[in-house]
Amino acid sequence: MKKYGKFGALVVVIVGTILWLATTGVGESKAYYKTIEEVGKMGGEAHIKRLRVAGDVEKGSISRKANVVEFTLEQEHRKLKVVYTGTDPLPDTFRDGAQALADGKMGPDGVFHANKIQAKCASKYEAKPGAKPGEQPSYPKQVS
Amino acid sequence: MENIGSLAILLAFCFAVYAIAGSVAGKLKQRPFLVLSAQRSVYVVWFLVTVASGILVYAFVTDDYRFSYVAGHSNRSMPTQYKVSALWGGQEGSLLFWSWLLSCYGMVAVFMNRRRHREFMPYTTAIIMCVQTFFLIFNAFVVSPFKMLAVGNLITAVPDGTGLHPSLQYPAMAIHPPMLYLGFVGFTIPFAFAMGSLITRQPGEAWIATTRRWTIVTWLFQSCGVTLGAAWAYDALGWGGYWAWDPVENASLLPWFSATAFLHSVMMQEKKGMMKVWNMVLIASTFFLCIFGTSLTRTGLVSSVHAFAQSTIGNYFVTFLAIGIAATVYLILDRLPYLKSEAPLESVVSRESSFLFNNLILLASSFAVLWGTLFPIISEAVSGEKISLDASWFNRLMIPIGLFLLFLTGVGPLFAWRRTSVESLRRNFMMPGIASVLLVGALMAAGMRHFYALISFGFCLFVALTILAEFYKGARAISAKNGMGFLAATVELTHRNTRRYGGYLIHMGIVLVFIGCSGAAFNRDITAEVTIGSSISLSPYTLKVADLKEGDNGNYLWHYAEVEVMKDGKQIDTLKPERRFYKANRTPLGQVAIRRRLNHDLYINFAASENQKATIQVYIFPLVNWIWIGVVVLVFGTLVALVPSKVKMQYVQTVVVEIGKKYATVEN
Repeated sequence: MKKYGKFGALVVVIVGTILWLATTGVGESKAYYKTIEEVGKMGGEAHIKRLRVAGDVEKGSISRKANVVEFTLEQEHRKLKVVYTGTDPLPDTFRDGAQALADGKMGPDGVFHANKIQAKCASKYEAKPGAKPGEQPSYPKQVS
Repeated sequence: MENIGSLAILLAFCFAVYAIAGSVAGKLKQRPFLVLSAQRSVYVVWFLVTVASGILVYAFVTDDYRFSYVAGHSNRSMPTQYKVSALWGGQEGSLLFWSWLLSCYGMVAVFMNRRRHREFMPYTTAIIMCVQTFFLIFNAFVVSPFKMLAVGNLITAVPDGTGLHPSLQYPAMAIHPPMLYLGFVGFTIPFAFAMGSLITRQPGEAWIATTRRWTIVTWLFQSCGVTLGAAWAYDALGWGGYWAWDPVENASLLPWFSATAFLHSVMMQEKKGMMKVWNMVLIASTFFLCIFGTSLTRTGLVSSVHAFAQSTIGNYFVTFLAIGIAATVYLILDRLPYLKSEAPLESVVSRESSFLFNNLILLASSFAVLWGTLFPIISEAVSGEKISLDASWFNRLMIPIGLFLLFLTGVGPLFAWRRTSVESLRRNFMMPGIASVLLVGALMAAGMRHFYALISFGFCLFVALTILAEFYKGARAISAKNGMGFLAATVELTHRNTRRYGGYLIHMGIVLVFIGCSGAAFNRDITAEVTIGSSISLSPYTLKVADLKEGDNGNYLWHYAEVEVMKDGKQIDTLKPERRFYKANRTPLGQVAIRRRLNHDLYINFAASENQKATIQVYIFPLVNWIWIGVVVLVFGTLVALVPSKVKMQYVQTVVVEIGKKYATVEN
């Protein structure tokens, strides 16, 4: 049975190392998903914790200055000013009306400082029944 | 047309249900004709699903914008090949495509085994058809691709469609989903064989022998699919990365891990009759992870950059997974006595134990990635707070795991079965070990301080040398015996045991992939706002912006920068990073320019432009090409492993007297 002891010890060492890596790594890598409303209520905590805030990019709010991009996120009529200072280029899907996910911390100036932005295209015509005329072809209703 | 399509799907659903009922009833009641009719309805299902898919493809190619799916994923000015690939560009179409692939696999599997494995084939057929039925439910009732556009009750076409998402209008992206799907869907077959064998309490390893090639081919498709996805991200997204640990990317990697573990541990069962339960668990996990991956991609369970529609089909997947996993667990527990191991483990330093640890590591990786991917859901359930883990967590965990796996790749194949002597360890590992230590020392002396990169390069050399030594020793023996040239002897050696040497080639491919990934530790970049005439420098290059142009080609508007690449004061290349704006779905898309070299890639992204000013990002990615080269080697190795091994020739002089049969007869 001695050799099974050796196997057991090796397995424990390996699994233990993996668990150790997995749990100690969480601290720096975790980000809390919050709605814009929740961010407003967090108070001081919002400046410390890393947050992920999702919302739609308000139309016409994107302004680019050199390496800094500013825009406003909108979610259920609440707005959040975001400034992006990251180095990665913004995704092509990031534009007016897109769903965006900003990753960063609240700054003391009340602006959300994001260092990463993910963006999804709003799903095509299904999701946007009220698109401006002329901007997008308007579709007849679907029937099965 | 659309009616025929819908009808075909509906009929396919009926036939699939019949095939399940027919084969199970036929087997239980001992009615061969019922079993036969069930088998034939598998062919019918294939025919019907093919008709339905064909109709949808036809609608795409002929611009039939009465179909709501076609109108949403195509437009007139799109090139024809992308109109065809638009079939899997969206939810409805890709689920139909899944169904179609499964029906193809199912038909081939049933046809090839129609006269074999009488005992468990009916159950295998039934299980394949259960999965088929599950997907046909989507196609027929939940997300039918044959919905039409109408005003009131009148079916009407729209003048033009909104187009396929531009980032999908890209060659690697057109074939990435089918490859991955082939890899996902294919595991249904080995799983069905395993379960069939389990249900009927088969004593032998028939299911493994029958599905060995299926598994390897499917694994190959998965590997290609994952790589194509990475290559596409690198080429098309403009940030230069190939892997970001995004949930959808992880979804494609999970079954790959467990499938790789399975491919290794079946060898234990074939050769030693060990690890039978384990193999059942692995094939079942692989299959369910494939289904889970599909559901993650298709339902938006975890938020991801991949813009797939959120939808309600998640519940169907959860139900299917729950029932499937429960049934499998019950079956395995109930049949445990039939899965007893035939040999014990003998030594920690043996081939068996290296397989065991390989399996442990691969499964741990799979579990870790799954955990990280689902962490937002788990944390929300436990603490009420939705917390996500980003790439740094995965890297912290997966880099050491990957390196350990790389190490095992080197030592595992050289351990002897049962136990390995100290003498053979010394013989096999002394030279590669010393060489690696020297390499690491040299790299450190040259100023490299990145810990993981150093370890990785050291292990890579170690593994590469052990593999080359295997080829060299074998080939030298053959060439000494037969008087062949060394190269011919290497080919002969490989041909004699294609599984073994094909496997070594695959390992070599993995080594190259690791070398390529390690290069990422030394990436450099610079971002600059430029006008015509300005220049950027990122050593060893100086980049001069020669021109900024714009125009329109119907499908999209474009502007590009013409960048002259200078090195040591001489112009060596001209790169043209471009930015496009696709009109049909009003989406911008970057087209990066890459100068690919074996030592590093020069990568230029045209990020934005305004009033004759452009923002340009320049990156240098060392060694990244070795990833793609490594995968090509891996594909080649896999193909070698699929070639049947030549029969072992025992004598020095052998004359082939007859060729054309499966095995050539040999004579002294």
